[in-house]
Amino acid sequence: MGATIITITSGKGGVGKTTATANLSVALALLGQRVVAVDADIGLRNLDVVMGLENRIVYDIVDVTEGRCRLRQGLIRDKRVPELYLLPAAQTRDKTAVSPEDMVRLCEQMRDDFDFILIDSPAGIEQGFRNAIAPADKVIIITTPEVAAVRDADRIIGLIEAEEKGPTSLIINRIKPDMVRYGNMLTTADVIEILAIDLIGIVPDDKAIIVSTNKGVPIVLDDKAPAGLAFHNIARRLLGEDVPFLDIREMPNIFERFVRFIRKG
Amino acid sequence: MGVLDRLLGQRGPSSRDIAKERLQLVLAYDRIKISPELLQTLKNELIAVISKHVEIDREGVEVTFSQGKRRSRLIADIPLVSTRGHRR
Repeated sequence: MGATIITITSGKGGVGKTTATANLSVALALLGQRVVAVDADIGLRNLDVVMGLENRIVYDIVDVTEGRCRLRQGLIRDKRVPELYLLPAAQTRDKTAVSPEDMVRLCEQMRDDFDFILIDSPAGIEQGFRNAIAPADKVIIITTPEVAAVRDADRIIGLIEAEEKGPTSLIINRIKPDMVRYGNMLTTADVIEILAIDLIGIVPDDKAIIVSTNKGVPIVLDDKAPAGLAFHNIARRLLGEDVPFLDIREMPNIFERFVRFIRKG
Repeated sequence: MGVLDRLLGQRGPSSRDIAKERLQLVLAYDRIKISPELLQTLKNELIAVISKHVEIDREGVEVTFSQGKRRSRLIADIPLVSTRGHRR
């Protein structure tokens, strides 16, 4: 059997790849899966800080591929959940330090010992991106409902199709329900219609994400946050469960909550 | 902004509609990797090739593309010059 290798990518930077990788990794581990999160953004290491594991790094992915340490030594265990490991990117090298073949070899080495390998891709369409998708069984594209992000997502989908990677599925991140309601943001349906790929999750904009990143505690570990719930649902869908999508209109803003409260009273 | 627009009665298309329309147009070009200049070149060469064999209305030729789900198609509309007039 072996692990399913999933690459999380976007084209545009800053849309939530690293946050999604961290949260899906933790959520899958909470669901009892054996997970490795791989940071493929060599030279711009970030997954470690988002996961809160930056102080525990000794070796990195380039040390492993260049044989300076064994694979097991490169993996950092996240002690908050049962079976989760991080393979950090190298910070002092650049993306040419690893080749697509290295990535495939590395992931094959880990496949038998894990259920999921999640790869955090760098932004862009250059070698870092090619490294990240080389070993992928599935690719998750993440976008926000904004013109530039959707355009880049479309380009990425085209490149992945050309490489015959996939299947691909989409996460729409940072949806602002009140802006959608007033016709000031692309809807989930709009984005799906434009990109014509399968949807695997929608994540509402949530200030708690910033707090969780400040602390280095992925938001799925906080069971009250809407974004955390959204990532949990995506993890369950990755396991084949049929989980209904969040109805983001169901999440009232403070004003509406107040109105409802008054009406009830 | 949203609430204000609501109260004042929203005028014109929403920014969501504008975003969608702009995206669809820009993606149509991105996906086929054909620039407006290339489209013009294609049109000129099509006219040259076809008019070697049939008489066409050069002014009426239109080369555009349409967008499907994930596939675009190039559409050439080439009006032929009616030959009926010559018989008269």
